[in-house]
Amino acid sequence: MKQITLFFIGIACLCLIFADLEVISLDPWFEIGRIFQGFLKPDFKVLFELRTSLVNTVIFAFCGSSLAFIGGIVGAFFYKVTIVRYLCSSVRSIHEIFWSFLFLPLVGLNPTCGILAIAVHNTGIFAKGLAEIYQEADRKPYDALPKKIGKTSAFFYAIIPVIYPEIKHFTRYRFECALRSSAVLGFIGLPTIGFHLETFFREGMYTEASALLIAFYLLIASLKFWLREKMVPLYLVCAWGIVSTKFTFSMENIIRFFTYEIIPWPMRKQGFVDGTNSLTFEIGNTIAWLKDILFLEAMPGIFNTMVLTQISFVLAGLATMVLMVTVTKHFAPGLKGKPGTLLLIVLRTTPEYILAYICIQIFGPSMIPAILALSLHNGAIVAFLTVKSIDQIPLPMDRSKGIINCYFYEVIPRIYGVFLANLFYRWEVMVRESALFGILGIYTLGFYVDSAISDDKMDKVIIIIAVMALLNIGIDSLSQRVRRKIKSEGTIVAKAA
Amino acid sequence: MNHSKLQFFLLALLFLFISQNIAEPVFSFTAIPDQNDARLKERFDKVAVYLSKKLQIPVKYIPVKSYAASVAAFKNKEVQLAWFGGLSGVKARRAVKGAVAIAQGEEDMTFVSYFIANTKTKLKYSDEFPKEIEKKTFTFGSKGSTSGRLMPEFYIREHMKKAPQKIFKRVGFSGDHSKTIALVQSGGYQVGAVNYKVWEKEITQGLIDTNKVRIIWKTPPYPDYNWTIRGDTEKTFGQGFVKKVQQALLEMNDKQLLESFPRKRFIKADNSMYEPILKTGTAIGIFDE
Repeated sequence: MKQITLFFIGIACLCLIFADLEVISLDPWFEIGRIFQGFLKPDFKVLFELRTSLVNTVIFAFCGSSLAFIGGIVGAFFYKVTIVRYLCSSVRSIHEIFWSFLFLPLVGLNPTCGILAIAVHNTGIFAKGLAEIYQEADRKPYDALPKKIGKTSAFFYAIIPVIYPEIKHFTRYRFECALRSSAVLGFIGLPTIGFHLETFFREGMYTEASALLIAFYLLIASLKFWLREKMVPLYLVCAWGIVSTKFTFSMENIIRFFTYEIIPWPMRKQGFVDGTNSLTFEIGNTIAWLKDILFLEAMPGIFNTMVLTQISFVLAGLATMVLMVTVTKHFAPGLKGKPGTLLLIVLRTTPEYILAYICIQIFGPSMIPAILALSLHNGAIVAFLTVKSIDQIPLPMDRSKGIINCYFYEVIPRIYGVFLANLFYRWEVMVRESALFGILGIYTLGFYVDSAISDDKMDKVIIIIAVMALLNIGIDSLSQRVRRKIKSEGTIVAKAA
Repeated sequence: MNHSKLQFFLLALLFLFISQNIAEPVFSFTAIPDQNDARLKERFDKVAVYLSKKLQIPVKYIPVKSYAASVAAFKNKEVQLAWFGGLSGVKARRAVKGAVAIAQGEEDMTFVSYFIANTKTKLKYSDEFPKEIEKKTFTFGSKGSTSGRLMPEFYIREHMKKAPQKIFKRVGFSGDHSKTIALVQSGGYQVGAVNYKVWEKEITQGLIDTNKVRIIWKTPPYPDYNWTIRGDTEKTFGQGFVKKVQQALLEMNDKQLLESFPRKRFIKADNSMYEPILKTGTAIGIFDE
């Protein structure tokens, strides 16, 4: 574990040389001051005007995650099939915003686009999550059944009841994530709260922005009160009912997209010039075209994405260490509602895209705001996951007295393995987000996707998004390997002790 | 509230929503988001009212977040009409067969961009291209903007013989012209390129501090903004509809309405007027060739 830690810190230091760490805005403190003032005096009057966007945010999340749930069940059933597993991990590896970029030319910039984006990304996640829950299910009731009972009945009576609570828990958590994604989709123009948040932050209207953000926090915090199991069918009927009136569909667009727009330009060129829109097979030119994209855009994009990720990764670990002290019950007993916990909740609940957007408004589009957003948000999540294990370990009677000594000599050594595993669990997510931040003006992979979108070149968009997915899948499998190593080392230590 | 009451309430809400949303097909238009949202909404809501009165059909303005989204909405038939920039107009007409530019502002055949600089750079106005901007930080407007990106980048390449990324210490895309001015004025970027109409409007509105930011160069004139309509609107709204919309735009003489663009009046336009934009766009690689 020491080796892994030092290795990753070393990489991060190396990345610092290449990172663009400049504060572009001249007076960030002034802007931060104004944001704080805005949060002290939120203007809740705007909420009435923006009520449809709040409703839309919830509707998109409901429709998107219900589709994903159904897709996920199907995926989970066939999860043993290799191709299904690959398919799931590739749809998972593409962020909702990029999915919406892909659906936009197919269905237009409307609710359908947002719902499909949330649905497709989460289908991959549900398939994996449900399959894992099923695999780890307690088989004792199943094995206890008489032999002649049919497989289907056995499944419904001896498996489903056992895993149901976990499925419920998982689905609820994914719904919360879908709510966040739904909000973020507004930033590119879908009618959710992000649409207005983008305007408010861009134009410095912080009293309005804070009101909307606070409403969003309350929406998520109150989930346990209004997201009742019995109410879900009704919510779904309402959500789908409302969406159905806005559903648009154009076969013409879909055919054009698949048979024309995503075909590499060299193959379309001749037909475009003649005006016939026919395709020609220009193998040589297409390869040259592909090479240009890969070397001039994908490669620098991957490089910057990884530089940003690796720095943020180490800093997220550091942030976790700091945030954990403020909330663990060992040092701060009965801290519910106290500043540390509140900070943790705010950092965790604010979608990282919104966090990055705000930081960029303050510091300008260099890597600093992106690093800040990534490390704080992910640090808060890892802290939240790890602090549970801290609270469970009994500290010895003769522990060091000072908080600092106790934390470094008693707590950290005991939970370091759990902490690292949790941190590596976020690695792949951080890569995905680093790439995403490109659309905010940092030169990661997303920047090149955004440029290609802006030039209306869907053929290029597809290639760069595919590269992004491959990078993500690669990091995912690497992180799994590291986590396995950490686990095995953990057991060796435990045995030795 | 108990469950059954709440259920009843939600169902009632649902029907209210649905009944509100089922309506006759409306004629919708969009516009590139070149300035801040409040100003766009103020301008285009008035245009919607005006067109609706002139054409005797419901007209709706659909706001979008990016230049690319306005082109996508036009391609996907979500809007039938759009107020495009030179570049976005060419992109849209290239993608939609039968789409035509029908009107432009009187000023749009001789549009220019201003290069502006923070006064701390000590750069002054000159008629020659300001080669001293090398090694400074530079911001364009939106990636898809004609006056904020295409034309400035074209002249930068022509005079400096290099790509912007190789010339400047840092290259940014602010998103819109209002933001470009704000960023150069605050010093976030030292130099920027901006739509001259937006600059002049903000000057008259007193939004610009000329002690902090000034014009240092003016590009040669080029064709820019245009109203573009889908050819297939004639199928939905009847023969001669394109002409009718064109007429309505040309007859717009409400001072306040024109002022919000700001244009003196609208005049006839056609697709061929924007050939230079296509050539320039191809030269800097925005259009594949």
